[in-house]
Amino acid sequence: MKLSSQIIAWIGATLFAVSANAWPRLSPTKRELEGPRDLLVGLLEWFGGIGEFCVRLVSAAARPPYEGRELLRQMDEIGSKSLPLVALAGAAIGVVLSLHTRDTLVQFGAESMLPALIIISIVKESGPIITALVVSGRVGAGIGAELGSMKVTEQIDAIEASAVNPYKFLVATRIVACMAMLPLLTIAADFCGILAGWAANTLVEPISLKLFLTQGLKQADFVDLLPAIIKTVVFGFIIGAIGCFQGMRAKGGTEGVGRASTSAVVLSSLFVILADVVLVRLIITFFPQ
Amino acid sequence: MTTENHNHESAIRLRAVSKSFGEQTVLDRINLDVARGETVTVLGRSGSGKSVMLKLIIGLQSPDRGKIEIGGEEITALSLGELNRIRKNVGFLFQHSALYDSLTVEENVAFPLRRHRTMKDDERHKCVRELLARVGMEEAAEKMPADISGGMKKRVGLARALALEPEIMLLDEPTAGLDPITAGEINQLIRELQKERHMSSVVVTHDMRSVRTVADRIAMLNEGGIVIEGTLEDLEQSDDPFVSKFMHESREERTDV
Repeated sequence: MKLSSQIIAWIGATLFAVSANAWPRLSPTKRELEGPRDLLVGLLEWFGGIGEFCVRLVSAAARPPYEGRELLRQMDEIGSKSLPLVALAGAAIGVVLSLHTRDTLVQFGAESMLPALIIISIVKESGPIITALVVSGRVGAGIGAELGSMKVTEQIDAIEASAVNPYKFLVATRIVACMAMLPLLTIAADFCGILAGWAANTLVEPISLKLFLTQGLKQADFVDLLPAIIKTVVFGFIIGAIGCFQGMRAKGGTEGVGRASTSAVVLSSLFVILADVVLVRLIITFFPQ
Repeated sequence: MTTENHNHESAIRLRAVSKSFGEQTVLDRINLDVARGETVTVLGRSGSGKSVMLKLIIGLQSPDRGKIEIGGEEITALSLGELNRIRKNVGFLFQHSALYDSLTVEENVAFPLRRHRTMKDDERHKCVRELLARVGMEEAAEKMPADISGGMKKRVGLARALALEPEIMLLDEPTAGLDPITAGEINQLIRELQKERHMSSVVVTHDMRSVRTVADRIAMLNEGGIVIEGTLEDLEQSDDPFVSKFMHESREERTDV
């Protein structure tokens, strides 16, 4: 499958980036033996840190009063403003899927399968993952940079000093907004992908939209859509939580803000893909075909 | 306001407070008392732990050892909810003002009011305008923090810190990075506000002009400890080599200006 090779390429690239980052520490100078140990300690610290972060987050978010105003603002920021980008990415995937699969299906004389193939692959996998990756690029970087710069300019301290819990006001609102908006964005991406898939298809071999949808939806069921949409709530949590966590632990001036922003994108994309593997396995178990 | 405790209770009391970051000991068994209505200036070199001391007082960091009391309540033992109750009574001016840069000047000052006071929109608006007028910033109400100068940011930061009418003010380098004239105006403003509102304050600075204008008492920090505590005259007459060097250098600076 195309997607699995993409995943492998992505994981490969990330591992390369991580090891390239770690290389100076592993360099055979005076810290020859400390290198790998430092890396391990850093990794354990990171996981410990994000665990503690989640505990603080849940205990802050669970108690009233809730930050409705800020939540709405973040939903607008994260949701509405990502919509054009997500729609475009979804449409592009629809076109690409149509271009790629048509030739293969023609070889087997199974062109009539094309609408179903496009719709199922978009709804089940391409739509959610592309949306999550686009959002982790746009929103993850945005949250990482915004909270990072608030951290290094003491604005987060100022919020805390004025007796407002930043985990409640800044972090919980952003994460909940990501979790709420990602399913909606995914539906928009699915819609654009299917529409663009039909458009690309009909240019080669004219087919009415109605027929395309009727043929496609014969094979697809609500059971295909629902778990895939629920899955994106988890992606939303990952993007929001990692973006906020990297932002809140930023230090060291503008350079720190840059690091927070970059690492938020890299780590949230990586964890979205890794979580996808687990979630797909779970979906297959709990929603058998 | 709190006259029954006026005489026998300190507003802020630090007892044997220590704080380290890794190997580096920043504060080593510090004792400090600030009486109600008194302004104590903490002097010291850059990096001597002055700002850390303020952050310990408001609970943004916790001490490794020792006790910190605000209005007779030990804050190191409190839950976050109880600590926040005390924080509402403490105004904090940050070194670089730390204005929220996604909010306008007016919204910055309104932030603590919006969070902690139930009032109608026009009532809050009026209150914010009054605060901004008090610090001479009513014209900049609609501007974003990025569009105003450093001195103006300090004024807005002061207005925001005053919004909840705190009894205690903590000021971190109120004149750092300002020209001498603006710095003088800010010092004067701080002095006036202290007198109007009878606040207890801790002012962290290395600027002797601030000290001359605002301080009732001075504590000087060096290498994690308080080397001297007293009035400006006490400091000027001190035999301690660090104190006399610091005073000498700041006199030189004054004649330069």
